[in-house]
Amino acid sequence: MILYFLCLMLFCVGLYGVLRKRNIVKMIIGLGIMEYAMNLFFVLIGYRFHGRAPIDAKDQNIFNMVDPLPQALVLTSIVIGLAITALVISIAIRIYEKYGTFDITKIKRLKG
Amino acid sequence: MRNNPETGMTLIVKTITRLTVGLILLFGIYIILHGHLSPGGGFAGGVIVALSFVHLMLAFGKDVAVARISKNMASNLESIGAMMFLLVALLGFLGGSFFLNILAKGNPFNLFSAGTIILSNISIGIKVGVGLFAIFLALVVLEKSK
Amino acid sequence: MELHILLIFMIFAAIVAIEVKDLLSSVIAVGAVGFALCLAFLVLKAPDLAITQLVVEILCLIILIRATINKDLPLVIEGRWIFNTLSTLGFIAVFLLFSWLALKELPRFGEPIMEVVKKYLQEGVSKTGAVNIVTAVILDFRAYDTLGEATVLFTSVIGIMAILRRPGRKKKNEK
Repeated sequence: MILYFLCLMLFCVGLYGVLRKRNIVKMIIGLGIMEYAMNLFFVLIGYRFHGRAPIDAKDQNIFNMVDPLPQALVLTSIVIGLAITALVISIAIRIYEKYGTFDITKIKRLKG
Repeated sequence: MRNNPETGMTLIVKTITRLTVGLILLFGIYIILHGHLSPGGGFAGGVIVALSFVHLMLAFGKDVAVARISKNMASNLESIGAMMFLLVALLGFLGGSFFLNILAKGNPFNLFSAGTIILSNISIGIKVGVGLFAIFLALVVLEKSK
Repeated sequence: MELHILLIFMIFAAIVAIEVKDLLSSVIAVGAVGFALCLAFLVLKAPDLAITQLVVEILCLIILIRATINKDLPLVIEGRWIFNTLSTLGFIAVFLLFSWLALKELPRFGEPIMEVVKKYLQEGVSKTGAVNIVTAVILDFRAYDTLGEATVLFTSVIGIMAILRRPGRKKKNEK
């Protein structure tokens, strides 16, 4: 149970970064940390004490495999996270080109 | 890979890159092809293939890497990968339903086993590798052409 | 025990990544979080995820460094410091309250509920021929997820190319 709580603390650090910081790159980093914490939480739920990796061996039967379903879900989630990070970074580069800053409070023209 | 001293990094980095980039590409292809036998698969292998081209680009400058795969060719290859994956999925209709594994299963622990899974791994590898390389190419081209 | 040490290291590295002033140091610290996550996947018996996380982290670091190099911000004096911090801490408190309510219903660590997976583990090798059960799940039993992932990646590449496109330039001059 204390492992779940530490994982949630990691999520909270990312949430603090997204909500509190004013630099766009810091917000992207907070988003990445939240994604890491969520992936780790999925895999923690599927872990089993004294488990083996979910790959069959040639000469013996393995009975105590860990849960492969969260691993399969997280495997797609990691690559999607990379694509999302690249997309947000490209938007940030465009904002830096247009306004010359990464500070979100200086982008006045969005206020209408 | 000509040795143009004006673009890219120093001579040491270029020499080491010339030795290692082929091995990295080969390792990516190995990871893709053995995805159903050992850890790895299309996602990890595709990212390794993309990293080998990124390595080439960082060491030798943009032009050497673009001579290998241009931007249009990257887009085309990515579409081909997506189409291949959809085709493998539609192949299941020959047996009755979407994503049905209709090819021969073969013996487990052999390289050519597991039916359509190896085809899916290859198409996912092409798609992920070339797609991530296209993303990096777009970012670098913007930085350089200011 | 090693998982606790890794998680505490990840939390400290994340705090450094959020709080340090220099953007390049911040990116390096988030790289440390990613590599510790790779080690944690290895301890949790997920070698597929460890390989993928390792290579994805390297590419992510290269892209982030590419974006942040030579673009640093001077230190700004932030207005309404107390209000912003208090509202942020309030959001985090609400989140922790609801997550504590949810954690009470979860199974204990190390004893998962394996209702769905029991069938996959028994019939995986005979039905698909793949020895690696994770590959059998993502490409045969649950291939719709992978199709959706491929669609998301395709959309993301199209979006990046549309955002970073140079408007109003002919193809002949493009380098």
